[in-house]
Amino acid sequence: MNWIDTIVQGVLLGGLYALFASGLSLVFGIMRLVNLAHGDLIVLGAYLILLIVSLLGLSPFVAAMVALPLMFALGYGLQKFVLNRVLGEDILPPLLVTFGISIVVQNALLQGASADTQRLPAGDIGVASLNLGIVNIGVLPLLTFGSAVGVILILNHVFYRTALGRAFRATSDDATTASLMGIRPRAVFAQATGIAMMIVTIAALYLGLRASFDPAVGPARLIYAFEAVIIGGLGSLWGTLAGGVIIGLAQTIGAAINPEWQILAGHVAFLLVLLVKPRGLFPRAFD
Amino acid sequence: MNTPASRTPYRVETRTRTSSIAGFTAIAVVVLLVVLPAFASRSLIQDLFFILTMLTLAQFWNLLAGYGGLVSVGQQAFVGIGAYALFSTVILWGLDPVPAILLGGLAALVLAVPFGFFAFRLQGAYFAIGTWVLAEVARLVVAQWKAVGGGTGTSLPRSATESIIFTSEIATLFGVRASAARDILAYWLALVLAIVAIGGIYWLLRSKRGLALAAVRDNPQAARSVGVDAQRVKWFVFLVAALGTGLTGALIYMQKARISPDAAFSLNDWTAYVIFIVVIGGIGTIEGPIVGVLVFFALQALLAQYGAWYLMVLGVIGIGVMLLAPRGLWGSFSDRTGIQLFPIRRRLVVGALTPKTPSREE
Amino acid sequence: MALLSTHGLTAHYGQFQALFGVDVTLDAGECVAIIGANGAGKTTLMRSISGVLRNESKSIRYRDLPIGSLAADEVMQRGIAMVPEGRRLFPSLTVEENLLIGAQVRKGQGPWTLEAIYELFPILKERRKNAGTALSGGQQQMVAIGRALMSNPDVLLCDEISLGLAPVVIRDIYNALPRIRAGDAAMIIVEQDIGQALKVADRVYCMMEGRVTLTGTPQALSREAIHNAYFGAAA
Repeated sequence: MNWIDTIVQGVLLGGLYALFASGLSLVFGIMRLVNLAHGDLIVLGAYLILLIVSLLGLSPFVAAMVALPLMFALGYGLQKFVLNRVLGEDILPPLLVTFGISIVVQNALLQGASADTQRLPAGDIGVASLNLGIVNIGVLPLLTFGSAVGVILILNHVFYRTALGRAFRATSDDATTASLMGIRPRAVFAQATGIAMMIVTIAALYLGLRASFDPAVGPARLIYAFEAVIIGGLGSLWGTLAGGVIIGLAQTIGAAINPEWQILAGHVAFLLVLLVKPRGLFPRAFD
Repeated sequence: MNTPASRTPYRVETRTRTSSIAGFTAIAVVVLLVVLPAFASRSLIQDLFFILTMLTLAQFWNLLAGYGGLVSVGQQAFVGIGAYALFSTVILWGLDPVPAILLGGLAALVLAVPFGFFAFRLQGAYFAIGTWVLAEVARLVVAQWKAVGGGTGTSLPRSATESIIFTSEIATLFGVRASAARDILAYWLALVLAIVAIGGIYWLLRSKRGLALAAVRDNPQAARSVGVDAQRVKWFVFLVAALGTGLTGALIYMQKARISPDAAFSLNDWTAYVIFIVVIGGIGTIEGPIVGVLVFFALQALLAQYGAWYLMVLGVIGIGVMLLAPRGLWGSFSDRTGIQLFPIRRRLVVGALTPKTPSREE
Repeated sequence: MALLSTHGLTAHYGQFQALFGVDVTLDAGECVAIIGANGAGKTTLMRSISGVLRNESKSIRYRDLPIGSLAADEVMQRGIAMVPEGRRLFPSLTVEENLLIGAQVRKGQGPWTLEAIYELFPILKERRKNAGTALSGGQQQMVAIGRALMSNPDVLLCDEISLGLAPVVIRDIYNALPRIRAGDAAMIIVEQDIGQALKVADRVYCMMEGRVTLTGTPQALSREAIHNAYFGAAA
């Protein structure tokens, strides 16, 4: 077994998990909402890209570009018409509603697209790799990781350098006072969920390119995303990337020892971090 | 203050006239349910078994989420562990399945300790996903356990199912075959479990602990300031729910006689449906899950043949109830009529005194 | 015609009624002080006008239009800015960002810019990169006032701006008020510090138990009348 290879693959897999997690982290950071349908929405995004690929004959990358505004609109509408109505002190209504959405999305996909596994056509890029002597690095995993870093850079820029990000942070701190500044918290929430769904689209692109998917794989993606967010520390996007890498590494190493241990190893890594650092590796100073 | 407490003409009551009538009706219903196997068909008994076990799971989830404020989406862990404890003790130790049910509950209780240890490090919504992760871990670990079939699962051996205690007596009593007698036994056990669960939870909520529970749910800070240890109350509820869920899980799989990790740790079957039942019926009430399970069963009977459509309808109804009537069917009914069959709220009853209109003294 | 007025304004927190038919008016360019003891309903009045608490539409009029049922963001966009009780700076924003967010949605016509605020409160310029909540109470109050001014409001609502501050700090802040008034905004200030309120206000409303019990110019009101309106007449 080539340990260096295993570790590199694990780190790169972490990029995919960071992509799964960034949208979840963004939404939680701004409105303290945990979207239990997050994983199913990623799968929905993958099916949307697949639909565009097969209808318009585009490459998956171009199809994802087409899907971005559609997914933004979906997120915006979902927040505006459904989730905004259940946000509040009580955490139960948003949890139950997003759980309901999860079930609806899963079964709608099952009904509309059957339980057969699908895959986005990756073409040459799917098999291309860079030979670095000791390890062979797949171009696609590298691209995934690069995209995760890119997404986090852009999100951090939006958050800390733009007026929109200022409104996000202010609303997250204190929605009532933000409204005294003329900001409409509900509109901010809708924009945030819209943006989260754009990240979901990018995550969906790589989910579909790297592995096959079917309507039932969403909940597992939610769990990986959740683990990455908690390991990283709530509200820290670089922490989320680190969390994704830890889950990715644990899974790859676990699988290298025994293929049946892949998923379990990721969960165990999560529980260990929870045991040692309950607030994650990079906790926010205040909450 | 020189009036001794014993002479004050006030009483604290939770009972109402409706609840007394409901009590007598409940006794009648229970008696009917007990004697039902004498004249009911086997399929009705099986349906009722399903309803009763789902009701019990729903009562315990409601205790957790509705009264304890602990929204768990990992209760399938305790169903699975309870069931696997039963299978492993029957298969490996040759135990009779009926006492093995108790071991199922015990196993769930034991597992709940490390579970709670991890899950209570997470707050609110993260607690929910945390319990889910833990349930996944339990499923994946059990799938590695080759002695009980690993990932593909196993069945209870014929030798064990054919000699379950009481079944031959039941078979003689009702003149039915052994398999039908097993269903009747499982049904009676489910009935006992449901009654004990409802009665126990009702008793718990009316006890001092129930008051502490309500205080913790409504305002943890204030509860702490009057001396309620929120963490202890939460642990207590978590452990009780785990025990009850484990017992139910073991019973369900004794009746099924066939198990696999994916089925026994199914999020959909043992938590999603249960949440649906509680939400539709009315969270935070004992009546809610009873109403919810009947609605759920009716929907299943009508729509289950449509597969994915059925689940979509369940999801949409659940979302709709949460948006439009967050207190559920029973909650909305109770709000409008003031009727409570299991009143928990304490009322101050003025005895001999006629209540006078309060006057402002200023 | 008054710029802003309330008409029989009532407010409830659940079962508890906090305001019982309050009538208050504010003319353009005027500074009105609302005084009263704790629990008199002053902050509730501010929260009602600013839209944090919703009311019946016609119970509050602004520029002759009913605004009582508008949300806080809509009220602010019409030119009514608020300095909330307790300052309420955004902890994850720097001092400068806290100021900028005041003008993010509405940037009305008027003298107030970031530079003008820094001129009014020079210490804020020094500390502009600090987190808002890292400042002293008085400096935080300056940020909160500056934040509200940034939108160049027509009406500035100041809720308890001296609460919890040292006398010397209160003096600094009140010394800035004449310069703020020179910027044309009409003001309603809620105060428990009667002395400060009487110094700057054109008119005073005294509230007790959710009702206006006394109104007039500072010159016309005797100490005794204020005392009675404040604490209730001695029986």
